Amino acid sequence: MSTIIDRRKNGGGKSSPNRKRFIGRIREQIKKAIPKIMDKGSVKDFSKKGTVPIPVKGINEPRLRNDPKIGKRDRIIPGNDKYYPGDTHPKPEEGGGGQGEGGGDDSPISEDEFVVEISMEEFMDVFFEDLELPNMTKRSTQPSEEEFKLQFAGQTRTGVPPRLNVVKTFKNSIGRNIGIQAFIESEIKELEKKCEDEDCPEKIKLMLAELEELRGLEIPFIDDIDLRYDHYKLEPQPITSAVVFCIMDVSGSMGFEEKDIAKRFFVLLYYFLSRQYKHTDIVFIRHHHDAKEVNQKEFFESRENGGTVVSPALELMRKIIDERYPPDQWNIYGCQASDGDNFAHDYNNSYQVLTQKIMPITQYFAYIQIGSGMNNTYFGNNLWNEYKKVAEMFPNFQVKAIKQVNQIEAVFREFFKKGGPEK
Amino acid sequence: MKKASKPLKQGPAWTFDDLTEYEKVIEEVAVEEFGLDFYPNQLEIVTSEQMIDAYASTGLPITYNHWRYGKYHSYQSNSYKQGKSGLAYEMVINSDPCISYLMENNNLCTQALVIAHAAMGHNAFFKGNFLFKEWTQPDAIVDYCLFARDYIAKCEKKYGYEEVEKILDACHSLEGHGVDKYKRPPPLSRKKEIEQQEKRIEEDQKHIYEFWKTLPIKEESTIEEGPEECCFPSEPQENILYFLEKNSPVLKPWQREIVRIVRKFSQYFYPQGQTKVSNEGFATFMHYEIIYKMFDLGYLEDGFMQNFNELHTGVVAQFQYHTINPYYLGFNMYQEIKRICSEPTAEDKEWFPTIVDTDWKKEVIFAMQNFKDESFIRQYLSPELIRKMRLFNVHDDSELDEYSITHISNDDGYKEIRKALSREYNRAYQIPDIQVTKANIKTDRKLTLTYYPINDIPIEANDLAATEDYLDLLWGFDTKIVEEKKKK
Repeated sequence: MSTIIDRRKNGGGKSSPNRKRFIGRIREQIKKAIPKIMDKGSVKDFSKKGTVPIPVKGINEPRLRNDPKIGKRDRIIPGNDKYYPGDTHPKPEEGGGGQGEGGGDDSPISEDEFVVEISMEEFMDVFFEDLELPNMTKRSTQPSEEEFKLQFAGQTRTGVPPRLNVVKTFKNSIGRNIGIQAFIESEIKELEKKCEDEDCPEKIKLMLAELEELRGLEIPFIDDIDLRYDHYKLEPQPITSAVVFCIMDVSGSMGFEEKDIAKRFFVLLYYFLSRQYKHTDIVFIRHHHDAKEVNQKEFFESRENGGTVVSPALELMRKIIDERYPPDQWNIYGCQASDGDNFAHDYNNSYQVLTQKIMPITQYFAYIQIGSGMNNTYFGNNLWNEYKKVAEMFPNFQVKAIKQVNQIEAVFREFFKKGGPEK
Repeated sequence: MKKASKPLKQGPAWTFDDLTEYEKVIEEVAVEEFGLDFYPNQLEIVTSEQMIDAYASTGLPITYNHWRYGKYHSYQSNSYKQGKSGLAYEMVINSDPCISYLMENNNLCTQALVIAHAAMGHNAFFKGNFLFKEWTQPDAIVDYCLFARDYIAKCEKKYGYEEVEKILDACHSLEGHGVDKYKRPPPLSRKKEIEQQEKRIEEDQKHIYEFWKTLPIKEESTIEEGPEECCFPSEPQENILYFLEKNSPVLKPWQREIVRIVRKFSQYFYPQGQTKVSNEGFATFMHYEIIYKMFDLGYLEDGFMQNFNELHTGVVAQFQYHTINPYYLGFNMYQEIKRICSEPTAEDKEWFPTIVDTDWKKEVIFAMQNFKDESFIRQYLSPELIRKMRLFNVHDDSELDEYSITHISNDDGYKEIRKALSREYNRAYQIPDIQVTKANIKTDRKLTLTYYPINDIPIEANDLAATEDYLDLLWGFDTKIVEEKKKK
C-alpha cells in the first residue's frame, strides 16, 4: 500500500530564502574576507562563473550544553586491544580545539567554522556594496527613452472603473444635488408667489400642476457628469547618465606584469560599472604613441607595442566628449592606468590637456601608476609628478600607485569609496 | 511466504515499475515474515539537490524560513560537492503517511535497501515505539509545519524579519529545554492550532498578566491565598520555553506564538534524540533480515547480494578507538537478541533467562516498541557483544593529565560497561538539567533558573552567556542561571 512519487520535477531551491538570510548573516565576514581572497587570487576573473570560498566563523547557535572540557566522564570506546583496568593513557596535547588564524585547508571543519561557497553574483553584491562613482551630480534633463514613470495627471471624465476617484465623484454629486435642489426650491417659491398673486383660475390650475411636477422631481444621486477618474500619464524620467573613459597604456615600456595589473584594475572597474549603474557608458581607449578607441574585447585581449605618448589619449577623450557626451548632460569620469613613462616633450602637453581640456568638465579622474618600483622612480621625470600637480589643483583628481597585484583591490576601493576617497 | 517463481529484475538501473515491484515484495516479506506494522508509505524520488534541501530542513518536511537552515544547507552542499561526505541514501520523516526520500542516482539495489530500511524499519519504529506513540502525532505534523511556516511568514511581513529572527534565535537557544519530559503533550492539529491561536490572542488581550495586576483588592486576596503565591512558580519548571510562553511579562501575542512553535518542534524531535541506537539499529537489522529473506525465497540473485553486502558493510562500519557507530551497535544488539533467543549459550541463560528459547521475532518487536536507547542498552547489551566490540571504559577527569581505564570486556567489567554506556545515552548527559526555579514577580521581576550539574560538568561558558542574553530578551527582565548541586 505504497505510493511512489516523482518529486524531481518540483525542482530544488527550497532553501533559497534561507540561504539569502544566511548570506545576510555573514555579510560582514564576506566583506572582511575580500582582501584575503583577492590576495590569494581565488577571484581572478569576475566574468567567470563559479563560486568563491569564504571562511566563516562564529555563526554557531548558542545553546545550553555541557562543557566538553571540564568535569568527570566515563566513555565507552570500542576496539580495546591493549589496555587492562588500572592502565592510564596520556591525554593528547591541547590545541585540537583552539586553532589559530589561518589553520590550513586540512584543518578539521567544525560547524562553527567552515567554508561557505558563495556564488559570483553573491560575492559581487557584497564586493561593490559600498562603492560608488563619486560626485555624480549632473542630471540630464533630456527625457530618456528607457525610464518612464507613471505620474498623476489630474482627473478625467472618462476612465476605467478601478480608477474611479470616489471622493471627487461624491463631492461633485453633493454639489450638483445642492445646486439643483436650490434651483428647484427657488422655482417653487417663485411659482407659489405667482400663484398667490394670480386670479385666473385656469392659470392657477396650470401653475399648481407645474408646482406638483417640480415638487415631485427626483434628483439622481450619481449622474454621469459627476464621475471623475484619476488619470496617469507615462512621463519620461530625467536620468543620471555617466560615461567612464578607461585609458590604458599598452606601450612597450609596460611589461607583462604591469599590463596584467592594469587589465585587472579595469576588469574590476568594468564589473563595478556594469553591475551598479544602469545608464553608464564605458569608452575604452588604448594608447602607445597613438591613441585609439577600441571595444571591450580588444581592450582587454589584444596586444600592442610602441613608444609612449600620453597626450593623444587625453585629446581623444576630449574629442569623444565633444562628439558624443555633452558635459551638461553627462557625468564624465576618467580612469587612466600607465607605468608613468612618457616622451619627454609630452609631459607638459599632457599636463596642459588635462588641466585645461579635461578636468574642467570632468566629475572625477583617477590615475593609477603601475610599477614594480625598479625601473620607475616616482619622484623623477615622470607622469606621477605632473599628475601630482594636477591633483593639487583639482580635488577631484586622484593619483595612486599600484606596485603589486594584491594592491589592486585596496586601491580600487579607495578610489570609489562612498563619500569620496580620503586625501 | 511462497518462493519466487522467478527473480525480480536485477542490475543497477531502475524504473518506476521496478520500484513498485520491489516495494511490493519487500512489504510482503516485512508483514508476513516479520509481522511489522507500519504507516502507509509514500516514497518520493528526489534529486541530490532536493536531498540537500531535505537535509537542511533537519528532518521536517517543511520548515519556516530562518538563516540556520541556510547554514545547514551551505554546510551540507559544501561537504557533498567537495566529496567530503556522500549523501545518505535516504531520509525518512515521521509522518502518516510515512514519507521517505530516495535519491534518484541510487542504483536498484540501494533503492531496495532504502525501502526495506526506511519505509519498513523506521516506519515500523515510528508507529510502534512507545516514545513516538506518546510524543508525536505523525498524522498532523505536515499540517503543523505548514501552519508554522505560514505564521512565521506572516509575522515577518507584519513586524519585519529582523524582529522575527531575534525571537527565533532566542527560542532556538533554548530548544533543548522546550520539552515536558513527563507530561504527554496535547495532539497537534493545524485547524485547531489556528482557532486556538486566535482565541489565545483574544484572551491575552483581555487578560492582564499576573505581573501587571495593580488593583489593591486583588493584591490582598492573593496574599491571603497562602504561601504558594509568594514563590512563583510553585514548582520548578523544566520546560523553559513553555514557562516563558505562558508567563513572560513582555512578549507580545505573536511572539508567544513563535515561542510555542519552536517548542512544538522540539517536542516533535524529543523521541528521535533518544532512540538513535534503537531506531537505526532496528531499521538496519530489518533491511538485513528482509533482503536475506528475499534472497532465500529466490527473489534476488548473487550479484545483487554482493552489492547489498557492500552497502550494508558501509552502513555498519565501526572503527577502532572511534566513537560508537549507532548503526553498528544497534544492528548487533538486535542480532544478539535473535541469537540469544534461538541459540543461547550457558552465559546467555544466566544473563537473559527470560528470553532464551523464545520466538526471536516477537522479542525483537518487543525490544523495538518498549525502550529508548538508555533502557535498551541496559536491558539487552550482552557480554558476547561487549567482547566482540572489545568495549572498555575510559575515565576522563579534567583535573588529571591522564585517562584511566577502569573496566574492560571481562567478567568484572560487563555490568559496569553496560551501565556506563547506557548512561551515555541518558538525556541529562547530553542536555543539561536546567529548571526555572524562581521569578520575583512582586519585586524586581528577576528570573532565576537552576542548573543541576552531573559529575561536576559545568555549562559551556560562552554559550551560557549568549543564552542568558536571549533569556533576558524573552523574559524582559534580568535572568540568571545558577548552579546547584542536587542533593542525593
